[in-house]
Amino acid sequence: MKVVAAMSGGVDSAVAAARAAEAGHDVTGIHLALSRNPASYRSGARGCCTIEDANDARRAADVIGIPFYVWDLSERFHDDVVEDFLDEYAAGRTPNPCLRCNEKIKFAAVLDRALALGFDAVATGHYARVRIAADETTELHRAVDPGKDQSYVLGVLTQEQLAHSMFPLGDTPKPQVREEAAARGLLVADKPDSHDICFVADGDNAGWLREKLGDRAPNHGGAIVDASSGEELGRHEGTFGFTIGQRKGLRLGTPAPDGRPRYVLDIEPVSGTVTVGSREALTVDRIAADRARWCGAALPPCASLEGTVQLRAHGAEHRARIEVDGDEVSIELIDPAQGIAPGQAAVIYDGTRVVGSATITSTARVGASA
Amino acid sequence: MHDAPDQTVYLDHAATTPMLPAAVEAMAAHLGDVGNPSSLHASGRAARRVVEESRERIAQALNCRPGEVVFTSGGTEADNLALKGLFWSRRDADPAQVRILSSSVEHHAVLDALHWLAEEEHAEVELLPVDSGGRLDLEALRASVERDPGSVALISVMWANNEVGTIQPIEDIVAVASAHGIPMHTDAVQAVGAVPVDFAASGVDALTLTGHKLGGPYGVGALVLRRELTLTPLLHGGGQERDIRSGTLDMPAIAGFATAVEHAVKAQPEYAERVTALRDSLVRRVIGAVPDAHLHGAPEDRLPGNAHLGFPDCEGDSLLMLLDARGIECSTGSACSAGVPQPSHVLLAMGLDDEGARHSLRFTLGRTSTDADVDKLVEAIGPAVERARGARIS
Repeated sequence: MKVVAAMSGGVDSAVAAARAAEAGHDVTGIHLALSRNPASYRSGARGCCTIEDANDARRAADVIGIPFYVWDLSERFHDDVVEDFLDEYAAGRTPNPCLRCNEKIKFAAVLDRALALGFDAVATGHYARVRIAADETTELHRAVDPGKDQSYVLGVLTQEQLAHSMFPLGDTPKPQVREEAAARGLLVADKPDSHDICFVADGDNAGWLREKLGDRAPNHGGAIVDASSGEELGRHEGTFGFTIGQRKGLRLGTPAPDGRPRYVLDIEPVSGTVTVGSREALTVDRIAADRARWCGAALPPCASLEGTVQLRAHGAEHRARIEVDGDEVSIELIDPAQGIAPGQAAVIYDGTRVVGSATITSTARVGASA
Repeated sequence: MHDAPDQTVYLDHAATTPMLPAAVEAMAAHLGDVGNPSSLHASGRAARRVVEESRERIAQALNCRPGEVVFTSGGTEADNLALKGLFWSRRDADPAQVRILSSSVEHHAVLDALHWLAEEEHAEVELLPVDSGGRLDLEALRASVERDPGSVALISVMWANNEVGTIQPIEDIVAVASAHGIPMHTDAVQAVGAVPVDFAASGVDALTLTGHKLGGPYGVGALVLRRELTLTPLLHGGGQERDIRSGTLDMPAIAGFATAVEHAVKAQPEYAERVTALRDSLVRRVIGAVPDAHLHGAPEDRLPGNAHLGFPDCEGDSLLMLLDARGIECSTGSACSAGVPQPSHVLLAMGLDDEGARHSLRFTLGRTSTDADVDKLVEAIGPAVERARGARIS
């Protein structure tokens, strides 16, 4: 197959490209230029998008012996990922830009372009597995390394996208990937993993949001209110600095009557009100979500599933009953969850298989208190 | 692995061109020699002799005096030396001389040096417009000079453009400059060996050339500088090159460089005739295969080897990749060291929009180009354009 290997400049994508080439595919390395102004995104060895990362990717391609090019996707990335991230925060939600990037950039814009240019697939360094089922559908499964599994951020991919995706690292634990990189002479072998949001240069999300949101709602101050008493406990400078389940950085003068820590329970973007309360009040067992995406064959318009859901990257699995109604999904958690924010994705699993995903719109507590 | 093509079709001679075998030989002959050209003993004298003979051969080829040839590490250094050195020395002579007039289509070695001078040294840089063929607007130059001739430190306009191949009206520019006693520098990196370049007859005061664009080695070039001109050095040290450019001379590279210059200048008429015909055939046949393709730059007054073509609705970088996979090597003409390729400032200055600038490729022919190279390009270009058009990212 003719394969485009997306190479970030990190160790995972380099080994993925090397493995694809070694498997006999005709591989071309592509580095995605995602920033109009590379210096403004993360510097150093931690993320993507820097000139140094482009050079690291280029050197890895040299070592592997594959052609290498830079593709400019900065405009699409800005419109589809960065602007979306800001819009979501402005609406008081907590988006996951990596999912959005996979959905709109890596397995959409890049894949479309690759297919049009005569390639058959896109390979990335994500830790996940694709398998062809007996009925010929392409299934997405968790990686064998549970610590590195990234199937959550791929849960937005459709059958068509998965059928053209390769994840050569899905069957390998991370330490082995580093060893293999070193054995292959890839100089990125000991480069640290990237963690935070790649377009926030210094990892200071709140500071970045404060600057970028400008006058966009809800970049204005508001009250911090106690959930049970309704009392105003303090003021804040913008709801973007908060996410549901957050405990640190609330800077509340008055301690709770019971002396226990308070958590962000709710964010009201229009009024700017941030509601705080006890850890117990964070617990939810009902989730409503929309923008459903199914990895396998299309589901009937109405369906019931039993399985598990994962509610954040590297989060725990919760047993759940799932009702599907077209684009909308209601989830009943058998194992309640805490600190779930609208905007996050709920990814639905059947065993190790990813069934699909949906974007959380609201949460509720129905079952008895724990 | 990648299906490597049997033979490469190299159509990027403006980026760099193969070394002339005679230049390789001349350079290789001295690689094992000991002797610093600045040393006083026999080995030093022998090395010095090679350098000076090389200088004389280059001077003869370009019609300048040997003492006017200042060896540098290449075109970028020669451009920086000319612009910064002349600006500083002119401003020191008269603090009113702070304007630098140049064109909007210069190479980055000039543009970025000018940008630096504007930012750090408060030079007043004016990048004058060009017409749709990339040719300097002489009236704009004249008007700018005449607005206040006493404030112009220097004028710098390239002899021929590296992207679209347009040859600038050097004679007319010199006439404007010399009427007011303003020194004129020209980056002739693309011109030497491609078109007639006669330093003395041209009337320019400073001229940049480099080895690897004309069949010589990388890492060596020269600034030809009129003897009467003083210039503030960039590099200080051992006082080589009349104190204008310190640093131990790369004698073997200089020997190879001189051989290449001598050959390129001597072969220029025959080269221009043959390569122009080949280029015209390339343009005609590519447009035959892709009817809406069109030539950018001046139809006449153009470097023999340059074919800069626009392919509407077709990303240049997609096309480059598809041709590269077929072993055909060309350039998008845009500077893209790492991040995002920016649309070419040259094409934008010629009036193209961002999209037009991105939908372009530069094919440049050289001494080793053949009909077979053009045949292979013509065979590949139609399907490649069609495929690239289907791959546009909306």
